[in-house]
Amino acid sequence: MVDGKAKSGPLLDIRNLRIEATVYPPGEAPRTITLVHDVSLTLEKGKVLGLIGESGAGKSTIGLSSMGYGRGGVRITGGEVILNGRDILTGGKEGLRKLRGREVCYVAQSAAAAFNPAHRLMDQVVEATLLHGTATRAEAEKRAVALFRKLSLPNPETIGERFPHQVSGGQLQRVMTAMALCSEPDLIVFDEPTTALDVTTQIDVLSAIKDAIRDTHVAALYITHDLAVVAQVSDEIMVLRHGRLVEWGGTHQIIKEPRQEYTNALVSVHQIEHQEQQPGTTPMLSVKNVTAAYGGGHVKVLKNVSVDIFPGQTLAVVGESGSGKSTLARAITGLLPPEKGSVVFDGRTLANRLADRPKEDLRQLQMIYQMADVAMNPRQTVGTIIGRPLEFYFGMKGRERDKRVAELLDEIEMGKGFVDRYPAELSGGQKQRVCIARSLAAKPKLIICDEVTSALDPLVAHGILKLLLNLQQIEKVAYLFITHDLATVKSIADSIAVMYRGEVVRYGSKSKVLTPPFDAYTDLLLSSVPEMEIGWLEKAIKGRRMESAGN
Amino acid sequence: MSSPIVKLVAQRIALGILLLLAVSVLIFAGTQILPGDVAQAILGQSATPESLANLREQLGLNQPAYIRYFHWLGGVLTGDLGTAMSSGQDIATSIKERLWNTLFLAFWAAIVAIPLAITLGLIAVRYRNGWVDKLISGVALASTSFPEFFIGYLLVFYFAVQHQWFPAISTVYDGMPLGERLQAIALPAAALTLVVLAHMMRMTRAAILNVMQSAYVETAELKGLSAAAVIRKHAFPNAIAPIINVVMLNLAYLVVGVVVVEVIFVYPGMGQYLVDHVTKRDVPVVQAVGLIFAAVYITLNIIADIAAIVANPRLRHPK
Repeated sequence: MVDGKAKSGPLLDIRNLRIEATVYPPGEAPRTITLVHDVSLTLEKGKVLGLIGESGAGKSTIGLSSMGYGRGGVRITGGEVILNGRDILTGGKEGLRKLRGREVCYVAQSAAAAFNPAHRLMDQVVEATLLHGTATRAEAEKRAVALFRKLSLPNPETIGERFPHQVSGGQLQRVMTAMALCSEPDLIVFDEPTTALDVTTQIDVLSAIKDAIRDTHVAALYITHDLAVVAQVSDEIMVLRHGRLVEWGGTHQIIKEPRQEYTNALVSVHQIEHQEQQPGTTPMLSVKNVTAAYGGGHVKVLKNVSVDIFPGQTLAVVGESGSGKSTLARAITGLLPPEKGSVVFDGRTLANRLADRPKEDLRQLQMIYQMADVAMNPRQTVGTIIGRPLEFYFGMKGRERDKRVAELLDEIEMGKGFVDRYPAELSGGQKQRVCIARSLAAKPKLIICDEVTSALDPLVAHGILKLLLNLQQIEKVAYLFITHDLATVKSIADSIAVMYRGEVVRYGSKSKVLTPPFDAYTDLLLSSVPEMEIGWLEKAIKGRRMESAGN
Repeated sequence: MSSPIVKLVAQRIALGILLLLAVSVLIFAGTQILPGDVAQAILGQSATPESLANLREQLGLNQPAYIRYFHWLGGVLTGDLGTAMSSGQDIATSIKERLWNTLFLAFWAAIVAIPLAITLGLIAVRYRNGWVDKLISGVALASTSFPEFFIGYLLVFYFAVQHQWFPAISTVYDGMPLGERLQAIALPAAALTLVVLAHMMRMTRAAILNVMQSAYVETAELKGLSAAAVIRKHAFPNAIAPIINVVMLNLAYLVVGVVVVEVIFVYPGMGQYLVDHVTKRDVPVVQAVGLIFAAVYITLNIIADIAAIVANPRLRHPK
């Protein structure tokens, strides 16, 4: 707390904030784009304001402006940021350095990346406190240990001696919160602090953050794209889109009585009605008692896994990170040859190793990945990317290939104008559509979708799921759909396999798996999915039957 | 120290020894396929066939190559590098003094060049893309682009001929006081420093700039740390592995690449010795010097690898 500063008036008062950046498009003259258009907000002491919007809405940019920080080449070009009664934008570099880490602290999305791998946690946690001279080292460390305890970290006395890589992601996120609280700031900017975590871990971290905010009376800007999450911690919510304010109101008003159409679109639940198909008589692909391991058999990641996929149907594989979902995909495709067990496709057993499989087998199994932008060659046009499997598997050339590429682009609802574009010129959703078209080009019987909607904004993800379901109708292709998101599972699956630590703990048709009584783990997964309901978090924590694996 | 580090370090050392053995085979084979006959070279054109045959027998040249190789290797391992053909002196004794001279010169060049290069690299990062950065990069690049003999003669012209601050010829002898010795090697050490400076400085700059993109550097900035503190405390420790690598490469160059500089300053080091004996076709000396250079090179690279392993907190403190 800074003494002698105005105690009346709001803690943070941002007026007509305008933020710009210079972009350098290839082959064009650099130009200035406006990221934030005259946004104003106020925040009282001890209150939490949620900033919500899709990517590109300017949430993080606005949040960081409270510390006078612009990421990359981002510049604050207009407006005032009044913190504790003074405009911080006029205080110069020295003034900004004095307030960063003391009056305002920051909690980043990925604590795993935000901690310096070369230093022990404790040194990093107390660094800002010591830098600003608000406490001695002994006092700061005592405070840090107390915060570790409050955030229910294991071994609060000794966890500070560890290095970042020795602590799990969920725990690191809590250590980062402790780091922000350690210098007793007036304001903390939480920038998507739980987005990178599993649902089951998210709920713990969310509840720890909420308790810490309540007990320390710190004010917070809580930035997220997940309305259900922000509803649990915020007093007020501000909805942003394309750098402009859409709607600002109390949490209850925003989620229950949204006044703007865009807010309404964000709030409404995007359930896709998908009629579950009954399993056929003969499965198209059978995974039979597969056991697989990394490191020459040392780390068993799949233990005796058996699942079936029927023609034209979708099997969803759910579980948190480290449960073996993606490894199952690697075992099926032959990227990680199973130690035991076999994969039977269309009545014949597939070779264990990818290198031993004939081209025809490769064609029948295609994959779509989570990160569409790194799954494409940035130097190839959309037409080349989609045309490649046509040449490789079917030997198509020239006009014939171009015609098929155009058909595929139509199927993914992207017009002709896209053939000559490069991946960098596409949005996230469009990139994923191109990846879908590329996999369809091989005319496979099965497509493995590995977290294909996880990196996308909810509305865009919704569109992708609808597209995948439509394509399933047209092409009669089966999906193995790997995801950690249960809402997605409900929308798309015909059958579900729940994985936990390399084993399938629950498996069957969608209706069967999602009907009680549940086993402890499925119950934990289901109850951890945030609901857009004030007070859901407390109810969910109370009703849990088992601790999450991240703890 | 924990077991993964011990294992990795042991692996590197074993690999280094294996590599050195392979190099010794190459050196031996290389000198064998050179045209000419050692006995002929020693006795000259006028030798009689009988005396040639006798000498061959005496030198063991009639034995198969692999036996001669093991003979040679066994000698090397016991410190016997053979005798020089041109002078008949014991190679090990002549090399000892010269190797020490070379290491002495390399040591002082390194003492100046390494801290200077790293400091300049840090300063260049601090003022990146500004005029300070461009000046440092420009000067360092220019000094590297000039051939070493040109820099050497430039230094001699200015500091020895015009101002006579330092001797133009770096004569050293046994029992020379340290102060005089340092004065004698000042110019060659300066020339070497200028040659290796830019490489290390630019790699330091690039390695740290790479780390400056990390999220934890942003975290440090948002704690209110000054730019210099961010670089020193948060960026540098994570850029240490690539920096050590380039430093070791340059150290190796200081030992094995000094030939030209030693010749310019008539410094009695390994480079001079090698050049002299190459012209005399003295194969045993060339073999011995080649092997020592290879050993220095491999040892320094092993040290770089080990330092990079030890600098990695993930290996130093496993889960």
